[in-house]
Amino acid sequence: MTTREAFARAKAEGRAALIPYVMAGYPSRGADLEMVKQVLPYADLLEVGLPYSDPLGDGPVIQRASEQALRQGIHVADVAAFVREIRSLTDKPLFLMTYINPVLAVGPERFFGMFKEAGVNGLILPDLPPDEDPELVGLAQGAGLETTFLLAPTSTEARIQTVAPYCTGFVYTVSVAGVTGARDKLPEGLPELVGRIRRVTEAPVAIGFGISNRATAQQAAQAADGAVIASALIRAHEEGRGLVEVLREVRAGLERSLRV
Amino acid sequence: MHLPTYPLPDAKGRYAEFGGRYVPETLMPALEELTEAYLHYKNDPEFLAEYDYYLREYVGRPSPLYLAENLTRHLGGAKIYLKREDLNHTGAHKINNTLGQALLCKRMGKKRVIAETGAGQHGVSVATVAALMGLECVVYQGAEDVRRQALNVFRMKLLGAEVRPVESGTRTLKDATNEAIRDWVTNVRDSFYIIGSVVGPHPYPMMARDFQSIVGEEIKAQLREKEGRENPDVVIACVGGGSNAIGAFAPFAYQENRPRLIGVEAAGHGAASGLHSLSIGAGRKGVLHGAKMFLLYDDDGQIRPAHSVSAGLDYPGVGPEHSYYAEAGLAEYVGITDEEALEGFQLLCRLEGIIPALESAHAIAYAAKLAPEMEPEQVIVINLSGRGDKDVVEVMRVMEEGQGSRAEGLVQGGQS
Ligand SMILES: Cc1ncc(COP(=O)(O)O)c(C=O)c1O
Repeated sequence: MTTREAFARAKAEGRAALIPYVMAGYPSRGADLEMVKQVLPYADLLEVGLPYSDPLGDGPVIQRASEQALRQGIHVADVAAFVREIRSLTDKPLFLMTYINPVLAVGPERFFGMFKEAGVNGLILPDLPPDEDPELVGLAQGAGLETTFLLAPTSTEARIQTVAPYCTGFVYTVSVAGVTGARDKLPEGLPELVGRIRRVTEAPVAIGFGISNRATAQQAAQAADGAVIASALIRAHEEGRGLVEVLREVRAGLERSLRV
Repeated sequence: MHLPTYPLPDAKGRYAEFGGRYVPETLMPALEELTEAYLHYKNDPEFLAEYDYYLREYVGRPSPLYLAENLTRHLGGAKIYLKREDLNHTGAHKINNTLGQALLCKRMGKKRVIAETGAGQHGVSVATVAALMGLECVVYQGAEDVRRQALNVFRMKLLGAEVRPVESGTRTLKDATNEAIRDWVTNVRDSFYIIGSVVGPHPYPMMARDFQSIVGEEIKAQLREKEGRENPDVVIACVGGGSNAIGAFAPFAYQENRPRLIGVEAAGHGAASGLHSLSIGAGRKGVLHGAKMFLLYDDDGQIRPAHSVSAGLDYPGVGPEHSYYAEAGLAEYVGITDEEALEGFQLLCRLEGIIPALESAHAIAYAAKLAPEMEPEQVIVINLSGRGDKDVVEVMRVMEEGQGSRAEGLVQGGQS
């Protein structure tokens, strides 16, 4: 299934697409795949995180998860193997979320080739504004990967014009100025921000950062084509709550019939 | 007073391929705004007059260029001058930069400053200028460092700063820097991030270099007076992130008749041990804290913790402009081990009555190797980036552990 088809199918079913986040090696080797199996039935697309030592854009929950995964001795090759296993379970679009240094360490061409072969559809690069290294973005696209970059409430018209055309997968719109982490409520102004982005690109727009419950999911669905849920899932796991409960609630919030 | 203009970085903040802005998109507009403000104020006579006023009246500039006669005689080669940044208010070169950035922060109408700190030197320096300018100040420090550097934590609190311990990662400087950047991403609309070295996304390495360039420019003027020539034969400075070194190097680096510029990285327990801070000596090109630079990381790109006996050099990366100098051959970068640095530390104490910062002791230790091979009419300038009061407890601990025994022998040998 392509990325566009996944978003279109959710839309046809009257809801915004749900994009859960899982991290390779979290909570442990092997148990990461159990988390995948729990979230997959609710997912339209899946975001797969590569654990990193210095996750600058992440709040405490994903930082802790990264540290835990790295303590398991997870290497880039293990992440590719994890993706391969997920791919054997589903044909839904998979997006690898990675900071840029692991890409540079492995070598961009080798890295992109490895993950294309493993079965990801695209990449999310949270610390690479695409105009910083258009050549690297070109290599990713040349390897057959879609690319997704972030836009934010602070983004100026000029930044939107620059970044959006590089988003061949979808546009990842950050809900707040801040780092990842579950929030009770999203700020006002998301529809206006997404509107500004839509004027520049046809690509689907997903909202991320802070989606945790029905209210935040509703806010995201009112503004955009999809919602990413990450920290709230990891927190639910940390607290020994079922992921399914959170996923059901968020998925319900994404139903357009529930729009207020 | 002026702030210098150099051929690099280019408009995108690059020193050849190094530098740039590898940051969450949320920060990009703020970095553009900061660049614009800085480029405006660096030519604004009022801003420059205010900066100059505080440098003279508050920091105590110009700092002396002191001929270290005893050290020169002891080593028996080139003539050695010390650029006395240790005599600045707060005891190091750091304040040249923090003062400039705090003044810029005020001009930009921001009321809150954020900083990261390792041992606490930069944190104290930021807390100091924040007190002076009436700015709210939050300093992030790794939980491990908060424990080890209780005195500097108390200093920052005395100066009115809030110190936030960082529990993530290795709980040291690199993690404190991550957390400071996360705070900035969250509070970007009303906060100003004062970064502590020539690292971080553009325009930070450029700004910090320009504010530190006063060091090299004073060296030129002072040498003209003392030696009748602007250029020494060698300039030596320690390199953590690289701010004191770039301040001493940049005014010379782009000239045709360039002196030898030697940056001294911390070799810790030695290159082979893996316990070192040799970002240029043993690192590869990578991205940390918003810039491409030489960096210590493993085969998967995970950042490796750095090590040095001196907290200020204990950083896994190095500024993009140094990365460029190294690759282009404009400067040389060498390593000095913990043990050698402790020798340099004691050498300066005994011979000149100056207790240097452990960071600066790395530069002294390298000069001690180089000077005897040079001629008496040749001149070495060592950037004495800071004073060692902050380090005496650590040096005592290390010497009592016996690691300093060789160093003691050396000092005794020097006396006889
Ligand atoms: C006295 C002194 N020298 C040098 C350094 C290293 O920093 P840089 O390489 O930016 O000069 C520090 C950092 O804390 C310091 O306190």
